Amino acid sequence: MKFKAVVAAAMLVAMGAGAVVAADEPQEVRQQMMKRVGGAMGAMAGIAKGEKPYDAEVVRTALTTIDEVSKTFPDYFPAGSDTGFETEASPKIWENMDDFKAKAAALGKEAETILASLPADQAGVGAAIGPLGKTCGACHELYRLKKN
Amino acid sequence: MVSRVAKASASVIVLGLGLAGAFYLATAPDALPESHWAGLGVPDLENGRRVFWAGGCASCHAAPGAKDDERLVLAGGLPLKSPFGTFYGPNISPDETAGIGGWTLAEFGNAMKRGVGAAGEHLYPAFPYGSYIRATDKDVNDLWGFLGTLPKSSNVAPPHDLPFPFNIRMGIGVWKFLYLTDAPRVALADADDRQKHGQYLVEGLGHCGECHTPRTELGGLIDAEWLAGAPNPEGEGRVPDITPGSKSIGSWSAGDIASYLETGFTPEYDSVGGSMVEVQRNMAMLPAEDREAIAAYLKAIPAR
Repeated sequence: MKFKAVVAAAMLVAMGAGAVVAADEPQEVRQQMMKRVGGAMGAMAGIAKGEKPYDAEVVRTALTTIDEVSKTFPDYFPAGSDTGFETEASPKIWENMDDFKAKAAALGKEAETILASLPADQAGVGAAIGPLGKTCGACHELYRLKKN
Repeated sequence: MVSRVAKASASVIVLGLGLAGAFYLATAPDALPESHWAGLGVPDLENGRRVFWAGGCASCHAAPGAKDDERLVLAGGLPLKSPFGTFYGPNISPDETAGIGGWTLAEFGNAMKRGVGAAGEHLYPAFPYGSYIRATDKDVNDLWGFLGTLPKSSNVAPPHDLPFPFNIRMGIGVWKFLYLTDAPRVALADADDRQKHGQYLVEGLGHCGECHTPRTELGGLIDAEWLAGAPNPEGEGRVPDITPGSKSIGSWSAGDIASYLETGFTPEYDSVGGSMVEVQRNMAMLPAEDREAIAAYLKAIPAR
């Protein structure tokens, strides 16, 4: 019994380690982070367009996700990670790292401001995502390059 | 007695002069006559505003970093990098000395549709008259009226920074001879009115092909690869294919494209990036029917 438990634990550790290795490359970590933000925006846009019913929890979770991502996102741009894994990161990120970090922080601050007075209905969510989208664009304008 | 050698030399000289003359005629600035621009009437300023945003004037002529209403001050100075050197957007505010307030409609119209400046000189095709040549005279007149209502700026933009031979404007005449045409970029069979309007906006005012279509060595757009994507003229990366064959937007519906132009969001809620951010800001200022027309046209053109 104990043996089985040890094997199971070892397997779990191995699987966990495997998952960590696969997602360890900073290019892939940050791509996943951006996908989470896209998912959060999509969840709110579904409500804003009336495709989904208003749900305060969905809105809160989405904004919290955006806030969390913005806090650690710039940590995944170490020197040398400007190529590989289909990254669309512009070399300008490393030339202007302070500005890049400031833009990430601005997104977090914006999400927190909206969280503080949570949009209470479909129209409120619609009014919130417009400015958020502009913040996304302001950073992507300078720091993301399409490569294919 | 005139020698045979002398006669032969004379023939060569005459032939040479003839060729030089033909070359001059083919490549000299070719402005439309003053009369072409007469009788267009009082400009429709609201339509002029629409032409202004469709044409993306603010993207190159507003001061670098201008936001919101500042984008209506066409002070110039924005650098536009290209493989031929760096161009600086000129001041086109209504200021009489620093801007184009002293110009006539005919001078403005000839800049827009013939690439000829007020002094009769060739303008560089970084100013996309190769697209604007498709604009109607009415739209040019309305835009001219609208530009006159904008604030004046006394800013003097830097001169273009171009290496030899691109600093010789005569070369532009050759470029025009080879590439300047108002013919449609693609033939659309049985196009409906919406698609035709989209064609007018995309091939003309919107000048989408200037970045989304690859160019020859001499800087002419390659019609066979219309909107098929091209290297980013400003450096690294690529400007994407936007035909129905595109890996990125080929699967989008016309509604997805119109929505992207309005909100800056892709169907997956990724956001617009790069130079397209500025373009999308302009497109968002247009009436919905214009964005729908652009989308309808982009779905109708040949896949690349």
